[in-house]
Amino acid sequence: MKDTIAAVSTAYGEGGIGIVRISGDAAEQILTDIFVPAFDAALKEGHKNQRKKKVGENRKLIYGTITDPKTGEKIDEALAVFMKGPATYTKEDIVEINCHGSIISLRKTLALVLSMGARPAEKGEFTKRAFINGRLDLSQAEAVIDLIKAKTDKGFGLAMDQLSGKYSKEIADIRNRIKDILVQIAVNIDYPDEDIESIVYEDLKKSSSQIGDMIGFLIDSANTGRIIKEGLDVVIVGRPNVGKSSLMNALLRESRAIVTEIPGTTRDTIEETISIKGIPVKITDTAGIHDTDDHIERIGIEKSKSASEKADLIVFMLDASQKLTEEDREIMEAIDGKKTIVLINKTDLQKKLETDEIKKTLSSCYLIETSLLSGEGLSEIEEEIEKLVYGGHVKQENSLLVTNARHEMLLKEAAKALDDAGKMISKGEPLEFIEVDIKRSYDFLGEITGETVTDDIIEEVFSRFCLGK
Amino acid sequence: MGEYDVIVVGAGHAGCEAALASARLGKKTLLLAINLESVAMMPCNPSIGGTGKGHLVREIDALGGEMGINIDKTFIQSKMLNTAKGSAVHSLRAQADKQLYHQEMKKTVEKQKNLDLKQEEATDIIINGGKVEGVITKTRVEYKCKAVILATGTFLRGRIFIGSISYDSGPNGLSPSIMLADNLKKHGLPLRRFKTGTPARALGSSVDKSKMKEQKGDDIITPFSFMNDNIEKEQISCWLTYTNEKTHDVIRENLEKSALYGGYIEGIGPRYCPSIEDKVNRFSDKKRHQLFVEPEGTDTDEVYLQGMATSLPEDIQEDFYKTIEGLEKLKIVRPGYAIEYDCIDPQELKMSLENRSIENLFCAGQLNGSSGYEEAAAQGIMAGINAVLKIDGEEPFVLDRSEAYIGVLIDDLVTKGTGEPYRIMTSRAEYRLVLRQDNADIRLTEKSYILGLASKERYERVIRKKEIIGKEEKRLETTRIDRETANSFLKKTGGAGVKNSVTLSELLKRPEVSYERLKEIDRERPEMKKHEAEELQVRIKYKGYIEKQLAQIERFRKMEDKKLDENMNYREIQGIREEAKQKLEALKPLSLGQASRISGVSPADINVLMIWLEKKKREKKESK
Repeated sequence: MKDTIAAVSTAYGEGGIGIVRISGDAAEQILTDIFVPAFDAALKEGHKNQRKKKVGENRKLIYGTITDPKTGEKIDEALAVFMKGPATYTKEDIVEINCHGSIISLRKTLALVLSMGARPAEKGEFTKRAFINGRLDLSQAEAVIDLIKAKTDKGFGLAMDQLSGKYSKEIADIRNRIKDILVQIAVNIDYPDEDIESIVYEDLKKSSSQIGDMIGFLIDSANTGRIIKEGLDVVIVGRPNVGKSSLMNALLRESRAIVTEIPGTTRDTIEETISIKGIPVKITDTAGIHDTDDHIERIGIEKSKSASEKADLIVFMLDASQKLTEEDREIMEAIDGKKTIVLINKTDLQKKLETDEIKKTLSSCYLIETSLLSGEGLSEIEEEIEKLVYGGHVKQENSLLVTNARHEMLLKEAAKALDDAGKMISKGEPLEFIEVDIKRSYDFLGEITGETVTDDIIEEVFSRFCLGK
Repeated sequence: MGEYDVIVVGAGHAGCEAALASARLGKKTLLLAINLESVAMMPCNPSIGGTGKGHLVREIDALGGEMGINIDKTFIQSKMLNTAKGSAVHSLRAQADKQLYHQEMKKTVEKQKNLDLKQEEATDIIINGGKVEGVITKTRVEYKCKAVILATGTFLRGRIFIGSISYDSGPNGLSPSIMLADNLKKHGLPLRRFKTGTPARALGSSVDKSKMKEQKGDDIITPFSFMNDNIEKEQISCWLTYTNEKTHDVIRENLEKSALYGGYIEGIGPRYCPSIEDKVNRFSDKKRHQLFVEPEGTDTDEVYLQGMATSLPEDIQEDFYKTIEGLEKLKIVRPGYAIEYDCIDPQELKMSLENRSIENLFCAGQLNGSSGYEEAAAQGIMAGINAVLKIDGEEPFVLDRSEAYIGVLIDDLVTKGTGEPYRIMTSRAEYRLVLRQDNADIRLTEKSYILGLASKERYERVIRKKEIIGKEEKRLETTRIDRETANSFLKKTGGAGVKNSVTLSELLKRPEVSYERLKEIDRERPEMKKHEAEELQVRIKYKGYIEKQLAQIERFRKMEDKKLDENMNYREIQGIREEAKQKLEALKPLSLGQASRISGVSPADINVLMIWLEKKKREKKESK
């Protein structure tokens, strides 16, 4: 028998409702003990024609009150439902209690549930159970973990795609195409005497490279997927007083800050995560370093250098009212080769800055003129960031993105194996050798959805689900 | 009347190998046949080998079995199939002189020390305390023994069907084994029905070969047995012709009259070896089907009409055969027929081919749901070896899927089970690049020698072969050819030139260069046998691929090495589906790898099982 777990499954905060979820063999008993349905109360008051319902009737949402059986204290009004396993998320018996969303009400309800014999669920434990009980395949379980960690709506949507199996279906489709080739090869090898058309190498080449393209497309999406999941690293650089802090503040005002100030690794950078067009963007401002001592300018350049090394995007700020300084030039040199937006601020003042030199040094940069005072140019920055994330790909609402590093690695392996096969085909090597690579590709893809069972999955599972403490 | 260590019931291809292996391992063995004419009888096609099957014969030979040696003595045509493809899937096939094949095998059995061959019908087995202890014959003779190997082939409750007519019969008109079937059922062995079919035999002199395409044997004969280096022999040709629309019309019009389509047959037939009725019906868009006219021997005029198995009434058979080009004046001497027989579910067996419920009872061949002489013989030799090991209290001899086609065959049968007569195919083997027919001896002979089955002479041949190949491999890797010589050679082969000198092995790696071709610029090469040269060539040419496959095998082994306790309680593992629990309980897989191959056990079930095992392991570690 498995122990019964419980947790508040909605996000903490002030919401309309909040849900306490219980999973395990004792779920039904706990509900019966703490939940007084409204019709019971009604019966006591004499309404005899009220249909008698049982608490714990499968999949019936019942209205009532959460009541502490020991003290008789009414904790909250609630809707409760009992769902009999195995047709549930965890494949175990599940109870969900919809309380009012206040933290106090939820905490009290949970405390009562725990006092009745459930134990608090670990993070992700419902999903863990769903996976262990065979309800989700590995890629779906991973999706749930991602869902829990999703930082923005976009990331949430991607994880949902994966959870709903859209992703598994896409992989299955590619695998089916590979299977077709494998079947053809098998027939050709095992029935040499039969009147069967022998495989034409050109056709084989064509179909394998088509499949390779399909896999390639998914791999290409991985970068975008990762950014959407983990956030785009943006570093703002520029010498003091060009308006870095103003930009930071303006962006923060524009968008909803998801995470308020995370202290940087050093005290002199500020990191904020904001959402721009649904993409989580982690902005590092190298401000705040200019008023400590005389060497500050040197440090500023060093900072820009190291921060820009790990950045996905640099926003290099300049003052339109001043000519390019030596320091600007040194910063330019430091960030050369990175994706850069050059932001020329203070366009409301008289323009003295020459942009030719900037364009020459940072040949692939994107220039935006702005006046943060008036808010001009901000939307341009946001658009540019979005463009960058989708990497020139036409953004489609429904396109599938790979967000998981393990999947990306396996997709690359699969593509490589197919590529190897392509080389063998070109050389006209015998079918059974070509088959080895095609089969490998097939197996790698199977590992994503868990159809190819290998020992490595164990490691993966134990690292992600913290089992067997 | 007499006491034996091992009694083998049935003297077909499985029975002969089982009995010979047991006797050669020093056990007093009795081989019973309903009729001595059935010893190594070939009641269907007159050939041994083919894709996958040829690999099995090589492996049987490498283990010290008889099939390879016997076909080498008695073949009338030999052909290496798939030579247009790489050597990993080359498959040897030989046309046999059926009568001679039977006679030679019978002689070998008769001469074998420790082995008695008797014409007697086994009608029951004696079971005591869940253990088999002997065999009873039709004439009420009781033989005591320590182990029984059942190899009843298509005899067990055999029933022949031609059109709407059917009657009890073993193959080829021999009497069937019915009492044994009844008694096995009484002992609780669940039996089911399979069927197979065979085409008509006709007189070769009634066939007009001038209208057909000749199919010759190979110029250079490759022997089946590793004990034979060269065989030179006059070969007899086969002949190819095709059915046509007229043939198909006759068959279509009379489809309902066939035993199969008339609904007379309940047994399940093999999909990959369909009758002509099946082919016409299921592949109606195909305009023609192949027919090979194959001689049944040198001392007979009978020919076998390969590809035309049928259960239509005799007159319809004659009608449709005669529409085929070259067969207009065909004289049929034995009509085609379908035969239905009892067999067991191989999932009732352990990997050693011992029955799960009756101790010391082993099963082999068609009784286990396979089809084909080679598949039968392969199980026969393994059952023979394992019966002996069981008597001696030793661990069973099991080959896994990465070691041999025999391993693939038995694992497929025992682990996955089969819903139709099972035929081996190279694509059933995941690791066919290493399971080649030319290296079966290197893979298996030493194992068998250690068991005491393969002879010393055989073992020494393998050692020599390994040495020669190893030495030559090194020589090719170290012998350099100067740029000029290399380039003038490559010009002739049509390959791109080189900038520097190259080694012989680098040249051999090119697709357009063969070891044979390389001879031109490699005058100091040592004398090598053909199969040795072939093995060498594959090793060098496809080194990278063989290494990839070896890496795959390593991964496979990891799962095979995760052993499962036979007494494991699958009930207590939450999350495994009910169907999978039942399968796991019934089959008691020996490893996680084997469990993953059971049909009805899904990857998700395996993941659950894997996690459960790992959790147990970690808990154990922690409690220590």
